[in-house]
Amino acid sequence: MDTPDTIFKARGLVKRYGGVTALDGTDFDLRAGEILAVIGDNGAGKSSLIKALSGAVIPDEGELHLDGQAVRFKSPIDARRHGIETVYQDLAVAPAMTIAENLFLGRELLRPGVLGRWLRLIDKQRMLTEAEGHMRDLKIGIRSMKQAVGTLSGGQRQGVAVARSTAFAKHVVILDEPTAALGVKEGNMVLELIRRVRDRGLPVILISHNMPHVFEIADRIHIQRLGKRVAVVDPKHISMSDTVAVMTGAKEVDDLPEQARA
Amino acid sequence: MQPNLEPAAPAAPVSLKLDAPGPRQRLMELLPPLNVLGPLVALLVAGAFFASQTDRFLSGQNFSLILQQVMVVGVIAIGQTLIILTAGIDLSCGMAMALGSVVTTKFAVDYGIHPYAAVLCGMAVCVLIGFINGALVTSIKLPPFIVTLGTMNIAFAVTQIYSQAQTVTGLPDALTFFGNTFHIGQTSITYGTVLMLALYLLTWLFLRETAPGRHLYAVGNNPEAARLTGIATSRVLVGVYMMAGVFYGIAALLSVARMGVGDPQAGQTDNLDSITAVVLGGTSLFGGRGAILGTLVGVLIVGVFRNGLTLMGVPSVVQILVTGVLVILAVATDQLTHKKG
Repeated sequence: MDTPDTIFKARGLVKRYGGVTALDGTDFDLRAGEILAVIGDNGAGKSSLIKALSGAVIPDEGELHLDGQAVRFKSPIDARRHGIETVYQDLAVAPAMTIAENLFLGRELLRPGVLGRWLRLIDKQRMLTEAEGHMRDLKIGIRSMKQAVGTLSGGQRQGVAVARSTAFAKHVVILDEPTAALGVKEGNMVLELIRRVRDRGLPVILISHNMPHVFEIADRIHIQRLGKRVAVVDPKHISMSDTVAVMTGAKEVDDLPEQARA
Repeated sequence: MQPNLEPAAPAAPVSLKLDAPGPRQRLMELLPPLNVLGPLVALLVAGAFFASQTDRFLSGQNFSLILQQVMVVGVIAIGQTLIILTAGIDLSCGMAMALGSVVTTKFAVDYGIHPYAAVLCGMAVCVLIGFINGALVTSIKLPPFIVTLGTMNIAFAVTQIYSQAQTVTGLPDALTFFGNTFHIGQTSITYGTVLMLALYLLTWLFLRETAPGRHLYAVGNNPEAARLTGIATSRVLVGVYMMAGVFYGIAALLSVARMGVGDPQAGQTDNLDSITAVVLGGTSLFGGRGAILGTLVGVLIVGVFRNGLTLMGVPSVVQILVTGVLVILAVATDQLTHKKG
């Protein structure tokens, strides 16, 4: 499992909430340049795993390795400093602010020299130009970066949130249910967007309940059950129903053909 | 949750296109937003109405008088705007201002401290009240309404006890400088009104052009998003309440200059008056939306109505009634537009 191109890895993560064990010694591996889907039934520890990876919770036991270095995240900000960007399900955007402002929220570009360092004046022009550049890279057609995010559709907002994370992520982008709130057409647009993120070389962790979306886009699928990773499968060599069977415990991993495992 | 096993529809080869702005949208971008334009139109309509009713309204001297009448509440309203932009509210502003003015004048008159140092002491008291407000709002997560209701009463009582409810008289000239006037042609202009306008300009630049200014909007608009993007939201909030304190301290100086005494009874309606001005100026009580120049317009609307109605001989009780109606109109507009957006 520990292939040389593993970029982000977790071993033996444990997280308990009172008497409930959400993570029961789970492992995790993300390889360079892949889209890894994480699936699991409710209560499988999927969201606890993602929170541990993104710094939102601190695991009780276990370790994280990023690019071969052991890391500990004390907060999401901390994880972000290590180049791991998370797009939350509610997107964490400020609707009254413009697209450009949202892209640089908390990381505003300052004017050069004294104006920026002491007066903390922001460089609006550069923020607009760079925001346009980021949106263009992801082929998100934007005419005005001065539009308030609140006026955009769900898919467009997702586009803004994804563009923000890819603009700053050095290592990993985590997407939490990016298509859950979207219609068919916009959902597909967002899938296309996720592919473009991967094609730019950033590995993506995708959390989703939507099996067709997962099968359409994922390179590998991490299946979480009862607080553990039970299998990592290759969507090209396994059916959707077998995957769901493993996820729900109806089928054991050993029942799967060798090539289905990844 | 049941996994969705429906086959995916084929991926549409479309990118997430935003609507290209038409000429109408481009025009909208050039114009000030509706929440600023609306109050401005209201101000102009009110001005035109009073100009048609009384020929004493439309004169440079009368405009200068209106500015002088609103300069204290105008500066308080700057602090109030900053706080309301973070989805907070400050009821203690007027009482903080009164305490600041009593401290300033008593320090200068009773203890013979240099007037400038006394001004700084008065300001420090206002900033301290702001710090207490901000600390209670962020650390114990108390609602700003309750916190500032408490500090309002505390500041009022301290002011009365400290001053023994006596006005402070015999002020050095330095403390009343901003009440002096200079002349442009026939019109005499109070220095304090120039200071007020300068403070609006500075705050406008701060909110528009600086990173902390944008963070203030973000904290009011979506605090969770602001926190997740790495903005120290508690520090922003405490900073905002303290900054508002600075403005209350300056307002204290203007109040002293305008009345020529340190008045422990000052500022008792300034909390509601400043909130009225902020709301009339189009700033949302839900936070994150609004503009400081809107507040200036709001302050002027209140000032113009008071002045115009007085010139028309309308009793002051009716003026209060009109202000009340204006506030409800403004809040209703805020509520309705907020639901839509």
